[in-house]
Amino acid sequence: MEYIRQIIYKSYVMAEMEVRKLLHDPTELVTRAVQPILWLGVFGEALSKVRAIPTGNVSYLQFITPGILTQSVTFIAIFYGIAIIWERDMGLLQKLLVTPTPRLALVLGKMISAGIRGLSQAVIIYIFAIILQIKLNISVVSVTGVFLIIMLGAGFFTGLSMIIASLVKTRERFMGIGQVITLPLFFASNAIYPIAIMPTWLQIVAKVNPLSYMVDGLRALIVTGNYSMLPHDIVILVIATSLIALVSTYMYPKVVI
Amino acid sequence: MSEDVIVVKNLLKKFSDIVAVQNINFDVKKSEVFAFLGPNGAGKSTTIKILITLLQPTSGDGTIDNLSVIDNPSGVRKIIGYVPQMISVDGTLTAYENLMLMAKLYDIPGSDRENRIDEVLSFIDLSKQKNLLVRTFSGGMIRKLEIAQAILHRPAVLFLDEPTSGLDPIARKNIWKHLLEIRKIYGTTIFFSTHYMDEAEEVSDRVAIMHLGKISAIGTVEELKAKTKKAKATLEDAFIYFTGSSLQETGNFRDIRRTREVERKLG
Repeated sequence: MEYIRQIIYKSYVMAEMEVRKLLHDPTELVTRAVQPILWLGVFGEALSKVRAIPTGNVSYLQFITPGILTQSVTFIAIFYGIAIIWERDMGLLQKLLVTPTPRLALVLGKMISAGIRGLSQAVIIYIFAIILQIKLNISVVSVTGVFLIIMLGAGFFTGLSMIIASLVKTRERFMGIGQVITLPLFFASNAIYPIAIMPTWLQIVAKVNPLSYMVDGLRALIVTGNYSMLPHDIVILVIATSLIALVSTYMYPKVVI
Repeated sequence: MSEDVIVVKNLLKKFSDIVAVQNINFDVKKSEVFAFLGPNGAGKSTTIKILITLLQPTSGDGTIDNLSVIDNPSGVRKIIGYVPQMISVDGTLTAYENLMLMAKLYDIPGSDRENRIDEVLSFIDLSKQKNLLVRTFSGGMIRKLEIAQAILHRPAVLFLDEPTSGLDPIARKNIWKHLLEIRKIYGTTIFFSTHYMDEAEEVSDRVAIMHLGKISAIGTVEELKAKTKKAKATLEDAFIYFTGSSLQETGNFRDIRRTREVERKLG
């Protein structure tokens, strides 16, 4: 019991410090908003004129809004791998590992922190969507669901990036690998086009790509309102995120060796 | 309870084929100021990493206050404090927040936290800077804050990795004034590594010199000097005698880059 209390409390402490950092310097949130705004305002606007992609009875801008939100959250989460290497280089990580804090709490703390940054992106994208007059469902249920899926998705990609960090160990190598992983995951998903129009091999990749389940869940919540697949999406994300949290807990302390 | 607070027994660490630490044995007594010297690559930092539970040894064991670093790492973590060589405070948080983080991670009860933080801040003369962001601090102030973080939970042993590297002589003296005071008030054992021979000579009760994965000499500064059989020998002479080189001749690209980076950030 005490161990579980320690994990919950110390994950909270790690996340609290992250929020304090954001409050001291919130400019980061604004600069991070530039990319999703470009995707929606430029890429989305342009492609919606072409009408080349079958998106059912929703507009193309509606279709990609959850995809862009997902991309924005995963990019933030992948950045945590570099942060871990950076903290190792500074000695901060060693110091945290020497405290009586369960390893799992350090991982969960990072996951929650990425989730909180991800949520700030959701707020910015909601506001921008309203400005662009993209019709989105905003209700208590949908916002709560969006919150949950962003936390899970951010958690998954934070865990993944911490595992990569423990393998590559240097910032330079991580930056190379980070690019190689995030872009293909984004393109091999249903973020900017439906899975149905992909070639078969890519459909298989998209089906095992956790990013697809994130987009699917968010799309149901904020665009289509069809919740039939939502429990399925959430269960898959919970399982994937839990597994990666455990692997990451085992792997990332090796980054200091 | 033994008088020895750190006991290292037959400690061996291999990295694939390379033996970094070769069956070493040594003890550190309670409240001792213990200097751990050796050229880069001698196995010093591997030994320290094992003692602070960051690395598992291949065989052998180390105990801190009778708790094994292998069998009870979480017990050991509660009773040690660690100050890494690199800058380990968070510049984007205030001094208070950096200390609060550690107070919470070390399970200091909520009713006690504010008092402890005020106590360590006044102890290291940083009370006025309590709510300033740490990135505005000088090198000496950063080191002092790191020491404050490491003593909040009143550890039995304080491990410091080159605590004064990159600091000017006045800041170095100041850091040691505080460390010796900590030892006096709390009876804390101070285990540190350094490249400054004059410093080790001045402050330590005993010194160990590590060379090629082994402890090549251990004792008081006077004992080590006597072994060189040189009149008016310094600790530097003893170091050369036991390792066959002076410190200036050692170190690789990575170590030097790291040292310079720390110096630049602290300076």
